[in-house]
Amino acid sequence: MTVTELVSYEDAMAAYEPVMGLEVHVELGTKTKMFCGCSTTLGAEPNAQTCPTCLGLPGSLPVVNATGVESAIKIGLALNCEIAEWCRFARKNYFYPDMPKNFQTSQYDEPIAFNGYLDVEVEGEIFRVEIERAHMEEDTGKSTHVGGATGRIQGASHSLLDYNRAGIPLIEIVTKPIVGAGEKAPEVAKAYVTELRELIKALGVSEARMEMGQMRCDVNLSLRPHGAEKFGTRSETKNVNSLRSVERAARFEIQRHAAVLGGGGTIIQETRHFHEEDGSTTPGRVKEEAEDYRYFPEPDLVPVAPSREWVEELRAGLPELPRVRRTRLREDWGISEHEMQSVLNAGAIDLISATIDAGAPADQARKWWMGELARRANEEGTELAALPITPEQIARVCALVKEGSLNDKLARQVIEGVLAGEGDPDTVVEKRGLKVVSDEGALGTAVDEAIAANAAIADKIRGGKVAAAGALVGAVMKATRGQADAARVRELILEKLGVEG
Amino acid sequence: MPGITREEVAHLARLARLELKDEELDHFAGQLDDIIGAVARVSEVADQDVPPTSHPLPLTNVMRPDEVRPSLTPQEALACAPAQEQQRFKVPQILGEE
Repeated sequence: MTVTELVSYEDAMAAYEPVMGLEVHVELGTKTKMFCGCSTTLGAEPNAQTCPTCLGLPGSLPVVNATGVESAIKIGLALNCEIAEWCRFARKNYFYPDMPKNFQTSQYDEPIAFNGYLDVEVEGEIFRVEIERAHMEEDTGKSTHVGGATGRIQGASHSLLDYNRAGIPLIEIVTKPIVGAGEKAPEVAKAYVTELRELIKALGVSEARMEMGQMRCDVNLSLRPHGAEKFGTRSETKNVNSLRSVERAARFEIQRHAAVLGGGGTIIQETRHFHEEDGSTTPGRVKEEAEDYRYFPEPDLVPVAPSREWVEELRAGLPELPRVRRTRLREDWGISEHEMQSVLNAGAIDLISATIDAGAPADQARKWWMGELARRANEEGTELAALPITPEQIARVCALVKEGSLNDKLARQVIEGVLAGEGDPDTVVEKRGLKVVSDEGALGTAVDEAIAANAAIADKIRGGKVAAAGALVGAVMKATRGQADAARVRELILEKLGVEG
Repeated sequence: MPGITREEVAHLARLARLELKDEELDHFAGQLDDIIGAVARVSEVADQDVPPTSHPLPLTNVMRPDEVRPSLTPQEALACAPAQEQQRFKVPQILGEE
């Protein structure tokens, strides 16, 4: 393998303009496969979710999943596409054991949705990404390569196939060449995939979890000298499976292409593999041209001709688009675009929104999810939404703080208890005895003791150094194990020392 | 001249993992040759103005509800596999050394 010395990103940009194409595969969340009634539930034992149709046995006949078609139309509409009045499936023929049929049922020159766009936001600016097409197809089986080093296909003695995934509905969404993004190309790529993922989730057609392979991205990239019309030769970096990786892969390829072209070399049209560890790409296979797949219309499936009534019904039922919703929520919550971006990146929009709906003030809801809980999720390497605490429980904690029975420190302990599985907030408060000490008698005693034990400080305060009261508040808080209302303690101290606050 | 030879039928049978006896090869070679001949006559008749037919029936939108139907058991699914391992279909080496 030849290692190309990269050129710096700035030097690459000085000489060339990047052109990108992004292909995203989304696994739909249907209950059954695209062309048969086999379940799509994850985690089944190998080959427990197959039938004659998805195994490609003779005499079996596929029938398309109505929800799969409906989801494809919804995605198309949300991407501002035209929806085909009539379209067919096609066989994409290839000889490889991940599809037992020796072909993948896909769509070729008649995609169900085409000519759309998705507006994405990069550093506060809107960039329009044009959509070439969105078409229906099916996923492949899962290969395990045996006998080689670290499960790689090279050098393996044989391979094992589990066809549970073969036939799960996929929607492939292809952009038109993205030009004019300039140095922001990698950020635009990431913003596009982020926005697309939000859109898919909002439509409810897939959970679009990239780490689970429910959404996968191929990054096609080429460079052309500034001012040139003609596109350069592209590379296709396959299966870039996180938002951060999409940006890194584009950036790496820009630097690599610039190095090859700048050294007088030519870019080979090939697929490339992305490596998470160092953000680099390495060559895969030399790319087949489309005709090598011998596409032809699938004779076993009849054409799909969505009626205009159905399409309009689906259009009318589309949810508020994520970008529009974000703008609305951002204004409601009174936060900056930058802060909203952090909330989006943390996957906290729905959680904060639900917490507010459950009665919490916006700033409090955001404070807990973006602070304590984001930290916990990060520590445990899990998604925020996967933490064992609900928006309703956070709202209850906020309510307890508001009515004065918890202070911030105690609230944090209550949340810790809920996360530890000790029950809902009220149960944790009860079990751990986490009530603010509001019994004035007990507090008064604690204050008296603190004053007696810190006579010098008390004298300073009497002498007008009100700021010194902090030390006495601290002493009382310590004595009450944090369970006192600090503001009330301060009032009591000043009152007893006869000083105006 | 379109058509199919006995050798080609034998090759196809091997690719399709069908075991054919000598007399069956003779029999099917003749029948397949007739079929290919008949199809060839269609292409003679069909001129540029006749669009290719992908589906003989005028049907559209045949769909099924998204409801799970029983699958085969893994044992049934693997019953005809020439080789299996770890409840998976075992296939020969795909790529050699790099």
